[in-house]
Parts: sequence; structure tokens; C-alpha cells
Amino acid sequence: MDLFEYQGKQYFARYGIPVSPGGIAQTVDEAVSAADAAGYPVVLKAQVQVGGRGKAGGIKLASNAAEVRHHAGNILGMDIRGHVVQRVWVERASDIKAEYYASFTLDRAARMHLAMVSKEGGIDIEHVAATNPDAIIRRHIDPAIGLTHADAVDIIHSAGIDEEARSGAVSILELLYKCYVEGDADLVEINPLILTPDGRVHALDAKVTLDDNASFRHPEWAAFDGTESSDPREQMARERGLQYVGLDGSVGIIANGAGLAMSTLDVVNQVGGTPANFLDIGGGASAAVMANALEVVNSDPNVKAIFINIFGGITRGEEVANGIVTALGRVTITSPIVVRLDGTNAVEGRAILKAHESDRLISRPTMVEAARAAVAFAAH
Amino acid sequence: MSIFVNETTKVVYQGLTGSAGRFYGLRNRAYGTQVVAGTNPKRAGENVEGIPVFANVHDAREVTGATASCIFVPAPGVESAVMEAAEAGIEFIVVITEGVPAKDEARFYNRLAREFPRTRLLGPNCPGIISPGKCNIGITAGEIATGGGPVGIVSRSGTLTYQALYELTQKGIGQTTCVGIGGDPVPGTNFIDCLEAFQRDPETRAVMMIGEIGGSEEEKAADFIKHEMTKPVVVYIAGVTAPPGRKMGHAGAIISGSSGTAGAKMDALRSAGAHVAINPTEAGNVMATVVAHL
Repeated sequence: MDLFEYQGKQYFARYGIPVSPGGIAQTVDEAVSAADAAGYPVVLKAQVQVGGRGKAGGIKLASNAAEVRHHAGNILGMDIRGHVVQRVWVERASDIKAEYYASFTLDRAARMHLAMVSKEGGIDIEHVAATNPDAIIRRHIDPAIGLTHADAVDIIHSAGIDEEARSGAVSILELLYKCYVEGDADLVEINPLILTPDGRVHALDAKVTLDDNASFRHPEWAAFDGTESSDPREQMARERGLQYVGLDGSVGIIANGAGLAMSTLDVVNQVGGTPANFLDIGGGASAAVMANALEVVNSDPNVKAIFINIFGGITRGEEVANGIVTALGRVTITSPIVVRLDGTNAVEGRAILKAHESDRLISRPTMVEAARAAVAFAAH
Repeated sequence: MSIFVNETTKVVYQGLTGSAGRFYGLRNRAYGTQVVAGTNPKRAGENVEGIPVFANVHDAREVTGATASCIFVPAPGVESAVMEAAEAGIEFIVVITEGVPAKDEARFYNRLAREFPRTRLLGPNCPGIISPGKCNIGITAGEIATGGGPVGIVSRSGTLTYQALYELTQKGIGQTTCVGIGGDPVPGTNFIDCLEAFQRDPETRAVMMIGEIGGSEEEKAADFIKHEMTKPVVVYIAGVTAPPGRKMGHAGAIISGSSGTAGAKMDALRSAGAHVAINPTEAGNVMATVVAHL
């Protein structure tokens, strides 16, 4: 789950990372109250999960309530590269003496955590990585040991962070690691991490991606639910606990396992069709999960055919078949369905489906044949 | 021969008394795997259709001589289950459980690497390993595999692992061992570990590798294939037409650079001399040609 900037700052604050005082607003009046509370001058920042909001006019400085009213009115409802701004974050403006960069993420190839710190913050860090890679200090952190104070001191010194900012930056780096590990984030990134003229160091931005697998030990994450701006199909799938990505095509896809789902998209494309979505129902999928998946795919008006591609390992064939039958009884499926079922208890599953087959529900023995049948349905 | 497991492998199931653990533990036993024990701290002394249940892995190993463990416990308990198995002296730990937090798996992988360097971890979130006719640990349906070699399979995707087995079996091509390494961020065993083992295994004469978009494991495997492998490798990478993956902030983009896309992976593998197929069925066809020319 990707947090909005304001949620990321609230998350940072839980771990003691200094951020500017501010508040979130969904209306112009709320923006004025937040500004009054934070103290002028303030910065208004559009809350969207897309880059380039500054250039789009989504970040504005205001020195009094009238200016806040004016800018908040413009920013709320603004469309930034397809994202409609629903919230604006209002925080006390900071004077900036220097801008740095700090992040932690997992380096999958090394199977260790990776700290990255640069004194070249505030700008596009990918550009720095490409043009001046030596300006970014990268240090692997063994997850079995963690980040020691000595590591943090060494990283900050090696990155060439200005002397007056060092102790503040070391402390923030240690807190950021704590937030990353104890907060179960896949990514924590501060860009820029700033030094103010009066010598304080704090996070001016916050990018946090949470590890959904760890939600069982973070009841506080419930506060982030329902705030994500997304495709209504994706919202519906998320509420049902399904891995779904909406696409533009006409063949609805339901598969078990991310690899098989991706492979199904590949094969549909290869036989001349266009997938409407990626949907992985995961392992251990029950009848209820299959019914939920069919409801989500069926809600997409672009879908003209549904291709269910299941290879049973942990998902048993009869569960899949029962799920399809249950869903057919629960909702009116508007598109014909092609099923390809193999693997664990596939024979039992196919026998259950056989009794319900019609011109709206057919089964094909291989992935390619099933893809062809689904694409042919979608073309009619 | 086979890699990592064989007919002498004795397996303890952590989570045998749960519904998935019981279903697959019994299925693995019916296949011929030596399923010697289960563990559950509250049910020591009981049995699951004749398989004795012990309080912990240490007790199970003392009594049964178990050499491998298969973990089905729910995600919150996986880290302690892995460490319990390693501390009991288990050499090969297979974690089937999905949904393990990335911080947990990064920590226990590195703890094993430091404290138990001879213990091999497979998974989490993997289908397991099957050496047809000898040993099946995990959730693979044994009937889709065929013994006798000459092909070794390694796959990052669970369901595509079965698909690969199935395609080869349909064509009458046997397998030495099929390893599902799983697609989690920190896999205990990776492509290179398997490629290395297959290269050393005299009965394996060709390898099928199934990858997917994201990360850089396939690119690293390509480098290994180019420099270390003399056996032919047939590859399929899922996700050629998949939507671009969610970019994990700038940090993720910096690590992977331009790599990570299916196209980049396929190019790297092709230039390393691997045979690259565009879907699982084609991979089976290509492997049939490769095997015919061995």
C-alpha cells in the first residue's frame, strides 16, 4: 500500500521523525483552519500519488488566510495527470539551507536492506543516480543485525552531509530505519531531508510504501483504508482481498498465481485478444473467493468474455468449479465464460462444471485453446 | 539423481494438524515421500493417520531422524518455525506459507546464512520441490510429474511450475527435480542455486527455467548461464504483456535500473545462449527439440 504524503508524514511522526506541523483538508474551510493552526506562512500541497504536482500548480505558498482560501480553492478538485485532488496538506513553510536525500528499501538481489543517502536532495534522485552516481552513498544493512549507530554515523559522514546537519541527520536515519523495520514498510524515502537556517534537520516530504503482508500486526493501518484514489474496479477487488489491476481490453482474466495470471495475459495477447484486467485469486482460493472474483470482473462494462485459468496446486479443482457454480447462482454474469482447469482434483472439478456447461459456459483443455475461445467470444 | 532431496529424505511437517498441512502432508505421503512426523506444541503424542505428532522439531528429529521440514504454519508464525527447524539441525527447510512479511523473511534468511550456513531454505511462498518417483515436499500434484529425467525445472511462479511439469509430461519428457523457488522478495533458494545444482547433477541434461517480471534474479541467472553452464537452458518469462509493475518509489527504480522488464530479462537470457520461449506451451515444444538433440 502506497501512502499519501500526509499519511507518510503522520507515519514518520509515530516513530519520532521530525516533520513540519500541518493538517489535512478536504475543503477550503478546513484548509484555512489547518493553516491557522500551523502558523503562517504555509505551503499547500495537493495529495496525489503521481509526480509533477509542483509543475501542475499543485504546490503553493500562502502567507495569510485569504491566500490559503484562494489556492485551496484552485488545488482541490484539480486534475493532475489523471488524478483528481481530493485532499490538500497544509503545513508551516520551512526556510531551507540545504536539501538531502535518505531512504531504506530491500535490495532483492543482495537479500539485504539498502540504505541510500545523498547530499544532492530535493531534485529527481533518479537523475542524480544516472548522472552522478557517486553522489549517492549506498550501504547494505544485514537484516539479522540491523542498522547500528556506528553505521548511521558512517553513512552520514560518507555522504558528505554538512557538519551542522550531521547529528540531526544521524538521528533521523536511525529513526527512519526503525520506521522501516518496525513499521513494516517496503520503502521509506525522504526527499528532501532539509537543514533549516537555524540548524534543525527534518523531513519535508515522505514517501512510504507499506508491506501488505504485515497488516496483521498493524491495526493502526486501518486508518489508511479507503483513502486511496483508484479505479472503482480496483477498489471493489481490494475490498474483496483480490490482487487486481485494471486494463483496457475486453477479455476478463481470472487466474490463480501471479505468474499464471501474467502468462494468461501474454497468451490472450498472442492469440489476438486484449485483456481487461490482471486478477490473481491466489493460493487456497475457496468457492467464495472465486465468486468474488467473478463479481469484480463482471462489473467491468468493457468485458465481453471471461477466461478462468486455474492450475490447481493449493487450489483444488472442485473448489474452483463450485465457486463458478455458486457465483453463477449469485449474480447474473453478462459475458460468456471459458474455463481451463488443470492440476489438483481437476477431474472432479471438470465433472462438476460439466453439469452446468452451455453456450455461456464452456471448458477447454489447454491455455492456448481456452484463450482462443475467449477471444472469439469477445469479438462477437 | 536429483537435487536437494531424494528417496532417503525424511520430512517433518510443521503445521501437519492444520487443514492445509494435513491435506498436503498426507498427499505427499501417498506419493511416496517419507513423511515421518508432524509438530504441534499442544498435540504432542497424537497422530495424523499414523504420522506421529511431536511438540517441536527437536523432538521429532530425535525420534524419527527427520532431515527436512515442510512448513505450513500461518504467516505470523513462520519466522519462529524456520528458526526452530534450523536449531533442531534440519538441513532442508521448505516454507509453503504465503503472505510472510518481507521484514521477517529478510531477517530469517540472513540469520540462517550466518548461524546455520549448511541449512538450505526453499521459499517462503513456494510450491515446494518434487523429484518424481522419489520425494514430493509441498503442494505440487505428483501425478503431473514424470520421473527419470533428463530435465530439471526451476521456477519462480507457483502455478507456472505445475504448468511446466505438465507440458513436459504431456510430451513424455521426464524430470529429475522440479524446484519452485517462489516469488517472494527474499527467496531462500534462488535461480543460481538451482542452476548450479542442476549443472553438477549428472542425470540432469537440460534445464527449464520459468521467471517473471520484476527484480533482477533472471538477469543474474543469465550471467551464470553464460559463464558456468554447459547444459542447455530453455526459458519462459511471464509478463511480456503485463501492466508495468507498481514502481516502488525512486529507490526501487534505482536498484533495478532498466532491468526488471520481461523484455530486458529475455534479451539477457537470449544473449547468454538460453532458448527463450514466449509462452509455457512453446517452452515445452522448444524443450522437446532440445531433448531430441541431446
